Amino acid sequence: MTTAVGQSVSRKDGIGKATGATKYADDLHFPGMLFGRTIRSTIPCGRVKSIRMDFDTSGFTIVDYRDIPHRNVVALIDEDQPYLVETEVRHMAEAIVLLAHEDREKLLGANVVIEYEEAEPVFDPERSPHSFKDITIEKGDVEDALASAEIVVEGTYRTGHQEHVYIETNGVIAVPEHGGIALYGSLQCPFYAYKALRSVLGNDHPLRVIQTETGGGFGGKEEYPSMIAGHAALLAVKSGRPVKIIYDRVEDMVATTKRHPSIVRHRTGLTREGRLVAMDVDVILDGGAYSTLSAVVLSRGCIHAAGPYRCDNVKIFGRAMFTNTPPNGAFRGFGAPQTEFAMEVHMERIAEQLGMDSLTLREMNALRPGDMTATSQVLKQDASALECLQEAVRRTDYRRKREELKGTNRGIGLALFYHGAGFTGAGEQRLASKARLDLTATGARIMVASTEIGQGTRTMHAQIVSDALGVPYETIEVAQPDTSVVADSGPTVASRTCMVVGKILERCALEMKERLEGMTPAQYHAKHGAFSIVKEHIQPEWMRWDDDNYQGDAYATYAWGCDVAEVEIDRDTYEVRPVKVTAVQEFGRPIHPALAMGQIEGGTVQGLGYALLEHVVMKNGAMANPTLTNYTIPTTLDTPELDIVMLENHYDGGPFGAKGLGELPMDGPAPAVVNAIRHLGLDLRDIPAIPETLIACASL
Amino acid sequence: MHDPDAPDHDDAPSGLTRRNFLTRAGAAGIAGVAASIPLAAALAEGVPEATDAAPDIPGTVPIALRVNGATLRMRIDPRATLLDTLRESVHLTGTKKGCDHGQCGACTVHVNGERVNSCLRLALMHEGDDITTIEGIGSPDALHPMQAAFVAHDGYQCGYCTSGQIMSAVALMKEPCGPRDSDVKELMSGNICRCGAYPNIVAAIQDVRGNSPMRQG
Ligand code: FES
Ligand code: FES
Repeated sequence: MTTAVGQSVSRKDGIGKATGATKYADDLHFPGMLFGRTIRSTIPCGRVKSIRMDFDTSGFTIVDYRDIPHRNVVALIDEDQPYLVETEVRHMAEAIVLLAHEDREKLLGANVVIEYEEAEPVFDPERSPHSFKDITIEKGDVEDALASAEIVVEGTYRTGHQEHVYIETNGVIAVPEHGGIALYGSLQCPFYAYKALRSVLGNDHPLRVIQTETGGGFGGKEEYPSMIAGHAALLAVKSGRPVKIIYDRVEDMVATTKRHPSIVRHRTGLTREGRLVAMDVDVILDGGAYSTLSAVVLSRGCIHAAGPYRCDNVKIFGRAMFTNTPPNGAFRGFGAPQTEFAMEVHMERIAEQLGMDSLTLREMNALRPGDMTATSQVLKQDASALECLQEAVRRTDYRRKREELKGTNRGIGLALFYHGAGFTGAGEQRLASKARLDLTATGARIMVASTEIGQGTRTMHAQIVSDALGVPYETIEVAQPDTSVVADSGPTVASRTCMVVGKILERCALEMKERLEGMTPAQYHAKHGAFSIVKEHIQPEWMRWDDDNYQGDAYATYAWGCDVAEVEIDRDTYEVRPVKVTAVQEFGRPIHPALAMGQIEGGTVQGLGYALLEHVVMKNGAMANPTLTNYTIPTTLDTPELDIVMLENHYDGGPFGAKGLGELPMDGPAPAVVNAIRHLGLDLRDIPAIPETLIACASL
Repeated sequence: MHDPDAPDHDDAPSGLTRRNFLTRAGAAGIAGVAASIPLAAALAEGVPEATDAAPDIPGTVPIALRVNGATLRMRIDPRATLLDTLRESVHLTGTKKGCDHGQCGACTVHVNGERVNSCLRLALMHEGDDITTIEGIGSPDALHPMQAAFVAHDGYQCGYCTSGQIMSAVALMKEPCGPRDSDVKELMSGNICRCGAYPNIVAAIQDVRGNSPMRQG
């Protein structure tokens, strides 16, 4: 029986947030603290010829690449990105020099003059000579199947950048301690930052990374904090004083990562009745100037590129291209929103060309338990594409509504989607995440590196432990992630925090319960004292993954969803307003229904922004609209009625049946909205669907 | 709604212009405050005023601000915004900075009972005004009804916009506002929440107003 799980218990972080008591990075002050500033490139491509400090440098700490004690490389996957430019500049706003001073006015007034030798930049990913990563997924014989298909439908779909706009900008404080550095920061992955600091500072000094309460991440604080952490640490090492770097909004928007723009081409073969027989998909992502996480974003994007559909002959070819723009990186959904957008708009176009109902087309081809995905993964009983589709159709009275709205200024559209939970393939096995649970005098304390970024990590982990251990929720404490004390439970990304880390914690709690032999934590503690349980992730033994051929069990499980969007167009201004979104989503079992609802609502709102509002304008390789007045994200007024349905489908591998949820809601809104706009008679294939784009569609 | 090309931002990656006028309180503010740590204690013990023992730092001016019922004397840079002064000189960090340009609402406080974006105000212009921050409307043991409603309705995720949302919502109670959710949304549209907690925020406000939330337009 569960008493905490499945209940919307009071959140561990609730009162602090409602009273303003919670401390975020910029709220912390350390004695003797300096403020840091980053001097950045003003060209997209070229070489630094000279650097001159055109100010009175007294009282300043100045750092360039020559001050780096160890390696000038941000440790991630390919390790191609420097902390500070040596000579080659690859993108606008690339860090070249760091300054610190105790007086921010002096700091902001400092003028650093940099002379460059400019070179020809590459901005178009399709013309780029260099790919960071190529991926091919192949099943059956696509060319053969296309040649013999009764119908072939082709199409190209594009998505733009998306900026995270966490309301708390990136910020860290590096504090010298015990001959090393303690790094406090707004970040998702304390151990990523730790590894990056080791790379820049070397192994001689003690280091620890402490996550401060984080004002939103959405992927934007997965890898980027490693950069700003390194910068602050370099200034702190050189000055011997604490150094705080907080980006202002403009700097955060111009210099940090965004969602990868994409170009996806489909060539799809079908029978006349609408059965998919061949899918040829070409995926191009704009990676920006350094590889960062592009290879894995591309991987997830490609795996999801065939959508939640069955087809025997599939070829997916993906490339993440170099361009002279700030590197793109992790953003909620991680490549899947781009490729699933293309697939779902393409399905609508296929139905149009076949002259059939797109629901029937989807129903006929949707993946069912026992079916095989593009990577030849055989789905288990918890595959819910059909259930989600049917419930969404029933709930919205979709067919009737679609008829009824014909010829009006309202349109309705639908998207079916899925999202793999956890790291791809053997990723979780390689990560080998650990969790630790400490017995305390009153209950237990969770010791993991998984971060609370608003999604409810603390609360939901405490619920899981509470029920597994059989003690009240209130007696479970959650430690602030500090790499010197918590277990490395891996990064807080990939919808893995509940499903993967939660499961390890559940196993810790069950073992702790056995050790207690019927005693309460307090009784045991009084008698024998404290103890800890540490457990490591166990990969389901049935999982097989071939990383060379991209075949096998890509994810332990998938969450499923179907979104229906109803929109209204102003035929004079071509502005489109969402009227209502129905989101039916299956993610195992919700641990905390209110938090889960919040994830779906929040992800859906971000998806609506992605579809309709959020337009990053790039000029000469830099974001030209880096403020919230001209890069608009949804306000409460842009948020339509949301009807959220959580379908339950117990997943054995997750804690109390839970799967991952955080990213799924991001995948559906954009294609659902664009399909609703198609219903209005506009042949739209790109997002954001801003009026300029729609007018262009209308005049075709 | 959409004007991507408007060159409306005034900060280039490495050149800062607005700073020439508006400034942060900076080190002067921190050094010049008379009642930094004692503030909380002063409030708790009901001591009405802290004394001005601050050194005379060049370029700063003396100011007395009435914040959450207590009068505080300090020296600040005359260009300091109310937001920076509250955060850095008064050490009330519950008020957040999301943009510093009046675009997000995270910095919302009350001046004489009305909500303002404190990043758009000079502290100096508010001598004699009654300033209320999130810390002034309730505490963990005595939540303001709006704070309690945000907790009950889960009106936040990351929490960074929350102080501003709550301060806006409290001020809204005294503003002319129709009964419907759409009326509330209209008046809350200056407070951005990237986590998208909007439906719960509207529900919390409607709860306090005694309207049952409809979760729709
Ligand atoms: S910080 Fe004042 S409105 Fe954004
Ligand atoms: S709760 Fe995160 S921005 Fe509103």
